[in-house]
Amino acid sequence: MTIPVFEPWNDPEAKPLIQFQNVSKRFGDFTAIDDLTIGIYEKEFFALLGPSGCGKTTMMRMLAGFETPTEGAIFLAGQDMAPVPPNKRATNMMFQSYALFPHLSIWENIAFGLKREAMPKNDISDRVDEMLRLTRLEKFARRKPHQISGGQRQRVALARSLAKKPKLLLLDEPLGALDKKLRQDTQFELMDIQEKTGTTFVIVTHDQEEAMTVASRVAVMDNGKIIQVATPDRIYETPNSVYVADFIGEVNIIDGIATPTGEDRYSIAWKEGQAPLNVTSATAFSDGQKCHLAIRPEKVTINAEEPSGVDNVVQGKILDIAYLGNISTYHVELPSGAVIKAQSANTRRISRRAFTWEYTVWLSWTATAGVLLAT
Amino acid sequence: MKRLSWFNTVSLTLGFAFLYVPMIILVIFSFNESKLVTVWAGFSTKWYGELMQNEAFLNAAWVTIKVAVVSSTIATVLGTMAAYVLVRGGRFMGRTLFSGMIYAPLVMPEVITGLSLLLLFIGMGLDRGILTIVLAHTTFSMCYVSVVVSSRLVTFDRSLEETALDLGCSPAEAFRLVTLPIIAPAVISGWLLAFTLSLDDLVIASFTSGPAATTLPIKIYSAVRLGVSPEINALSTIMIAIVTLGVITASLVTKRQMVRQKRDEQAAERT
Repeated sequence: MTIPVFEPWNDPEAKPLIQFQNVSKRFGDFTAIDDLTIGIYEKEFFALLGPSGCGKTTMMRMLAGFETPTEGAIFLAGQDMAPVPPNKRATNMMFQSYALFPHLSIWENIAFGLKREAMPKNDISDRVDEMLRLTRLEKFARRKPHQISGGQRQRVALARSLAKKPKLLLLDEPLGALDKKLRQDTQFELMDIQEKTGTTFVIVTHDQEEAMTVASRVAVMDNGKIIQVATPDRIYETPNSVYVADFIGEVNIIDGIATPTGEDRYSIAWKEGQAPLNVTSATAFSDGQKCHLAIRPEKVTINAEEPSGVDNVVQGKILDIAYLGNISTYHVELPSGAVIKAQSANTRRISRRAFTWEYTVWLSWTATAGVLLAT
Repeated sequence: MKRLSWFNTVSLTLGFAFLYVPMIILVIFSFNESKLVTVWAGFSTKWYGELMQNEAFLNAAWVTIKVAVVSSTIATVLGTMAAYVLVRGGRFMGRTLFSGMIYAPLVMPEVITGLSLLLLFIGMGLDRGILTIVLAHTTFSMCYVSVVVSSRLVTFDRSLEETALDLGCSPAEAFRLVTLPIIAPAVISGWLLAFTLSLDDLVIASFTSGPAATTLPIKIYSAVRLGVSPEINALSTIMIAIVTLGVITASLVTKRQMVRQKRDEQAAERT
């Protein structure tokens, strides 16, 4: 049995639900969004990821209608959104602060949007009950927002923004106020609800783990520009720049000079007195071009004995160990002074571990383990 | 309970004495049998009875209440609107001038406000009476309302209004359904402030009142000039009682609300 793959961004026939066309937004001298073009497809769970001040919230507020682009146009289902005020848009937004109306009960909060359109009373009541069931809040319908816990408030905000069946739901740091355990549970709940309702979700977050967990595609942003848009695994495995590699997860960046040695194969000269590294790269590099090798710590193996028959081996001394329970990250100092991080799963009990501080170890990785980046 | 040191006890006693001895004397002498204000001749409530017979005082009291209710209501509407524009309007042209001019009456000597209003009313050919007092009181109490309301609006989470817009409200609906109910306590206390200011204003009212309508403070002031009568003591005692009752009720209600809210929040965290 084949599972149909959901990737409309690879389908040239598919029309995006949202289209940003050369959108720029400036506040005085400050450019929040810089000539941005992107398409988001129906039923996608799209994450905007970046440090604070990178323009991700501005992008979302433009979609909701609270900001208008300085240049360019935004289309929702083919219609230019510029002249449409927020209260006439088929989008709903869930705010970081949840923004629950403190003077209304949970039931009235959820019904608020429905009452604005001329919906019959019975239908409103049915829809609110349906949303309460979806978010498991039936017991709390009569309470006021200050009478429920933080996690429940988050679900009320979600139910309220979903009640009007928006074409597009915008979530601004929806889980930022929850503690870690609750956040992880809620991430799965969000994905579940997104799947059940079939709504297109756009989520803004600065938490890369959250973006990777929930999203079908992630856009990494910096200084008002989108640096890379791809599925979480591609963002992680094949970042297109040092910025993306560094922003997502832990990474070793080794700067060097490339020399082609065969088809797709390069030899990287990187430190005085160290043997050159052997790597493969899908993108071409010219002879003598400066390059950066990005390699994830978990793809570096740490050995007590010098291994043989591996593409790359370096010797070093353990400087530091970050023990995280399930895994440990070893910071290994090479004779040249460079520090490389290697990660290994703690499959054995701590007393049986092979290395500790000051041990001399060999690090090894294959030619395909890393990504060679020009910038 | 912690015991206070002798120094604290003395300063507390002095402070309270300073504030309340005059009022206590006034209250005691309102129950004086004698017509002489300074000589105690036994307990009696007859001055309260006489007060109820005094048409002039009752009329003045009625005028004062009417003026206070109407002027504080108008001032609340205008003051709330001004506060909303100042806090939410962003940086529109002439904003600094506008805010300066709204708050100017706060520091303007009342005599000047009163005099300029008098000149205006004469110039307009308006007969001085209830209408002119109402207009004058609205003018000077509006700024107090706008101070109270704008301090609440500054701390108001803007995303609540944006959520209302997002859920399909027009800006006017968002104000009516979300902003107003949430800032209502500030609007109400603004109204109460304007009401009390109007109630005890003497200076501005004396410029703008006419023979047709006199407010209670003016009536008391002119009566006192002919000699303090125990009737005025009785009247003042009644006013003190009303104000005290109002303040105590208000603080009890707020305190109970806070206690309940706190209990609810703690209960919510446990579930």
